[in-house]
Amino acid sequence: MSNPALHQQSAGPAAPAQPARQRSLWLDSLRRMARNPGAILGLVLLVLMIAAALLAPQITRYDPAEIVPRDRLQAPNAAHWFGTDAFGRDIYTRVVYGARISLLVGVVAVAIATLLGVTLGLLAGYFGGLTDALIMRGVDVMLAFPGILLALVIVAVLGPDLLNAMVAVGISSAPTYARVTRSAVLQTKTNLYIEAATVAGVPTWQIVLRHLLPNILGPIVVVTTLGVAGAIISGASLSFLGLGAKPPTPEWGLMLSEGRSFLRQAWWITTFPGLAIMLTVLAINLLGDGLRDALDPRMQK
Amino acid sequence: MLRYIGNRLLASIPTVLLVTILVFLMLHLIPGDPAEIFLGENFSTPELLAKVRADMGLDRPLHEQYLSYLGGALRGDFGRSLNNNRPVLDEIAARLPPTIELTVAALTIGVVLGVGLGVVSALCHNTWVDTLAMALALLGVSMPIFWMSLLLIFLFSVRLNWFPALSTDGLQGLVLPALALGLLSSSTLARMVRSSMLEVLGQDYMRTARAKGLRERTVVLRHALKNALIPTITVLGLQFGQLLGGAVITETIFARQGIGRLYVESILRKDFTMVQGLTLLIAVAYVLINLAVDVAYAAVDPRIQYE
Repeated sequence: MSNPALHQQSAGPAAPAQPARQRSLWLDSLRRMARNPGAILGLVLLVLMIAAALLAPQITRYDPAEIVPRDRLQAPNAAHWFGTDAFGRDIYTRVVYGARISLLVGVVAVAIATLLGVTLGLLAGYFGGLTDALIMRGVDVMLAFPGILLALVIVAVLGPDLLNAMVAVGISSAPTYARVTRSAVLQTKTNLYIEAATVAGVPTWQIVLRHLLPNILGPIVVVTTLGVAGAIISGASLSFLGLGAKPPTPEWGLMLSEGRSFLRQAWWITTFPGLAIMLTVLAINLLGDGLRDALDPRMQK
Repeated sequence: MLRYIGNRLLASIPTVLLVTILVFLMLHLIPGDPAEIFLGENFSTPELLAKVRADMGLDRPLHEQYLSYLGGALRGDFGRSLNNNRPVLDEIAARLPPTIELTVAALTIGVVLGVGLGVVSALCHNTWVDTLAMALALLGVSMPIFWMSLLLIFLFSVRLNWFPALSTDGLQGLVLPALALGLLSSSTLARMVRSSMLEVLGQDYMRTARAKGLRERTVVLRHALKNALIPTITVLGLQFGQLLGGAVITETIFARQGIGRLYVESILRKDFTMVQGLTLLIAVAYVLINLAVDVAYAAVDPRIQYE
């Protein structure tokens, strides 16, 4: 949501005739979203998660990596709310610190995907012709690797670690952003105001960045939001497979993987990080669905 | 129709060629030398290394290496595993059946549950049934496959002892991994089917069908569902891709000897020729599946004209 808000301020003084209408368009959307209980629930959950991530040292009592052999495999109790794992580490502490990692993975991966995908989509959609053909051919090739496979290939080449996992998830989801951006550009660029700007001799980069991009922000904001949810799941999946975060990092996917062999004796090792991933992703999905309905009531996926 | 299929096949050739180039380059982009990986750090002397490099063709110019890789791939020769020196194709062929069984079973569960849930949800639009079904579907979409798998193991294996936690060859071992994958797939499908069903139910021809005095059953099944399912076909290819990706994780969790597990194992043990072969085969299969889906789409919907 910060994107559109920022845009208002920057575009306001430049185009004096437009801001009133534009602002009300975004405000209308906000109002529509405020009436959607799902979106509000998602927002509240997400804010809680972010707060927990930021305040991790203040709201936990232990060190997420500290090994305390005599405390191992304790069921949830007053001292360890979510119990302890096979190394005696406090699971509540690790889940809270894990929020930092998962949210970071989601944001970094989506930032990479947006930068790459939106740029390519803008170029392909605006210039058309050979540029379009080349870019979309590249996108087709990337889409030939199904699901998480492309991320796996990239991790295989870069080597397994957390940063590479973020890069891999980011690059592998870029094609979706390119496609969404391109089709939005194709719809928007036939508008009269783009033609007017072209005729008036406005430089191409200005047309693309100041006139085209702001008008296709809606769908981009929606895919970006939902994309964070997908990126968090993909990142956690890679760590679960041993291709992302390395022990003793308190990463949720890795924690689930470590708790696998204790499913019989200690259900809490996998349950709490699992719940944490699900709630975070659910919150973002609720928010994303709400944004989609609010920004364009006709747009359905 | 045949011309359409032919054209689509031709159009996918450049994509497949580019995929082979990417997959080929992979071996050269990785940090480290494939010959060194093959020999292992302890056994490599400069002479031995040079000999293995020559055997693998790594001393030839890049374009020559690519052409011989492509030529080999066309004949079904994907080189030998850096891990055990067995032909890559043999290993993949041996591990393919468990994955096919898993994805087909999961897709079946996904389609039956997903379409069912989506239709019921749309028919009971804005009632508690709809709300509940969509809440479940949203929960399913938000659930990582590995957690779903562990929950199913905990419930059906640890607690109830109905199915094995490890995926043995029989039908018993297929149930839990297929259910884990299928439930996730059904969540996505249910949301799609519901919205496309709602769209169809609002069309004028639905009112016409009812006004004609057709029975509700006929209206729903023949007029609504048939039309609502058409857009669903397009996502089946995508679903298949999701399932293949999911198979990588479920096969690892349930210790199922399929190609998904082989893929992860190969990455971890740096068996890059195996990773190459698997990537290439999966990508080509996926391109063909999407093509088949497009053809099916064109065949089902008379409004679509094949050029």
